[in-house]
Amino acid sequence: MPEVLLHLQDLQVGYPNDGKEIMLFENLDLVLKAGELVCFMGPNGVGKSTLIRTIAGLHKSLTPIPSPKGEGMIDPRKISVVLTDRINAMNMSVRDLVSYGRYPYLNWSAKLSVTDLSIVDAALRTLQLTELANKNINELSDGQLQMVMIARALTQDTPVILLDEPTAHLDLNNRVAIMNVLRKLSRETQKAILVSTHELDLALQTADLLWLADGKKILTGVPEDLVLDGSLDRIFQFKGFDLKTGKVFHEAHRGVKVKLIGEGYSFLWTKNALERCGYEVTNQGGIEIEVQEGKGWKMGNTKIETLARLLENLP
Amino acid sequence: MEKRTFQYPQWLFLLILMGSLFLINISLGSVSIPPGEIVQALIGLPLENVIWQDIIIDFRFTKALTCILAGSGPDILGLSSGASLLVSLVFMAGISSFSLLSESWSLALAACTGSSLMLLLVLAIAGKVKDNTSLLIVGLMIGAGTASFVSVLQFMSRAEDQQYYLIWTFGSLGGLNWTEIGILTLALLVGSVLLIVNVKSLNAWLLGDNYSQSLGMNLKRSRLLMILSTSILTGAVTAFCGPIAFVGLAVPHLVRLLFKTSDHRLLLPAVAMGGASLLLFCDCLAQVPGSTYVLPINAVTALIGAPLVVWIILKGKKIYA
Repeated sequence: MPEVLLHLQDLQVGYPNDGKEIMLFENLDLVLKAGELVCFMGPNGVGKSTLIRTIAGLHKSLTPIPSPKGEGMIDPRKISVVLTDRINAMNMSVRDLVSYGRYPYLNWSAKLSVTDLSIVDAALRTLQLTELANKNINELSDGQLQMVMIARALTQDTPVILLDEPTAHLDLNNRVAIMNVLRKLSRETQKAILVSTHELDLALQTADLLWLADGKKILTGVPEDLVLDGSLDRIFQFKGFDLKTGKVFHEAHRGVKVKLIGEGYSFLWTKNALERCGYEVTNQGGIEIEVQEGKGWKMGNTKIETLARLLENLP
Repeated sequence: MEKRTFQYPQWLFLLILMGSLFLINISLGSVSIPPGEIVQALIGLPLENVIWQDIIIDFRFTKALTCILAGSGPDILGLSSGASLLVSLVFMAGISSFSLLSESWSLALAACTGSSLMLLLVLAIAGKVKDNTSLLIVGLMIGAGTASFVSVLQFMSRAEDQQYYLIWTFGSLGGLNWTEIGILTLALLVGSVLLIVNVKSLNAWLLGDNYSQSLGMNLKRSRLLMILSTSILTGAVTAFCGPIAFVGLAVPHLVRLLFKTSDHRLLLPAVAMGGASLLLFCDCLAQVPGSTYVLPINAVTALIGAPLVVWIILKGKKIYA
């Protein structure tokens, strides 16, 4: 059994508004375990950021979270965060920013020891930032900056890392890179990592556990379980996304059947193209197309070299 | 990393700049004194001409020293306008006549209170607006607001009181006696110690409120320390030298161009030295070399400082309060 690193009991999350309390989540009972990557998902506006900030101690919870440093006090050696806040500092290098992670361990003069410096270097290496170490943070791409923020959290050397929408505003490549890094970190360092995100496909493929915001409750479970029991469908109310296959749903609006013969990548992509264009791909009947791996396509007796031509030749 | 701190050639540059401006500043004045005699007087040897000695030690040396002290004080957005408002109350509404304190102490107190009130206001607004250009505009508006209060006071007060106030707003670096320089030095020392104690929070603050809290910084405590230190520093300088404009706004940006760092442990002493140098320079200009005229110091700092701020904005650097 992995060690429990954070246990939240009977947590109420919300904020005061005009003298009244707006409740976002009620009676939460949540656990983060060592070595687990947890994705916290829910529709936009459900309060994902507020929950993350509440757990981090940055937002006042409606029930106080007990902390060894006193009620409501933040323990910077236990939880580190990556937030959506932009950093607007001039003349700050990647190494400077990552070094901030050591602040909870430094005295008032903020002088880094040899040990601190080696921890900073190690974090830079882990996230492959060594070459960027002396670069100004304002010159980084969004993806690089996010990696730097993760390195900063790693340098803080806490058992728990919370990340609020770390993949927002990034392109697919960087989104995958970030999720892979987090997954690797959770395995190798045995930290508990909680990521809020609304990127369903990535979360389904990387998370050990999902937290699903369901009204004022949070459902937890292994991603596949939540797919199969229909919880995801119910909460997200998909508009054209077929969760069981993980693909966008296409209607075979042309009423034309195609019998596709072949295998491998070419077969898969041909099938995708046909379905996207509204053809029904079946095992029998209809127009017969043979996929010749690496050598084009054969429709009847005609040889066709590109998919574009193939689609043009279909009724 | 620790050694790198002292390898910056910029430190040497600042030191030489400040030192030479200090000497140039002392050698300028309506009475021309040979450089040899000046050096002699500064290292404590008696001069044959006693009047020269008095001019150098009691007038020029104290003034140059005041430049250094006042230049190292900060003036962030609109703080001195708050100080001005309370000082104008002392001058024109005759509050000083009710006060048990001597006039220079009431001035100091009024200026410190005014600048801290203004800092509280600016900080409260800064929490609401995210970008610093808006903050700059808000600072200007606050300045305009206090200026209108001051005009109302002026309208209702006697001509002599108005003139006292007007002369105070011109700013003045000369004429401080050794006791006043002592008070100024003490205030600057206290303010600097408070800043140094707070330097870790100032650094962490660069990442914003949330991150600095998550690193274990106590926001309330560091905010209080910052308000205290800034008010003492600005208040003391404003009380004794008048509202010195633009130096505090322009210098941090110039220093950031010189030192490519965001570390306040380097920036604070560098800004203090840079501010001292700029004020010494402005004071040299104020004496209009080659003439017997002396311009109000505030006219010169604004003349030099305002284009500098515009230049920084044009360079695309953001203005940070």
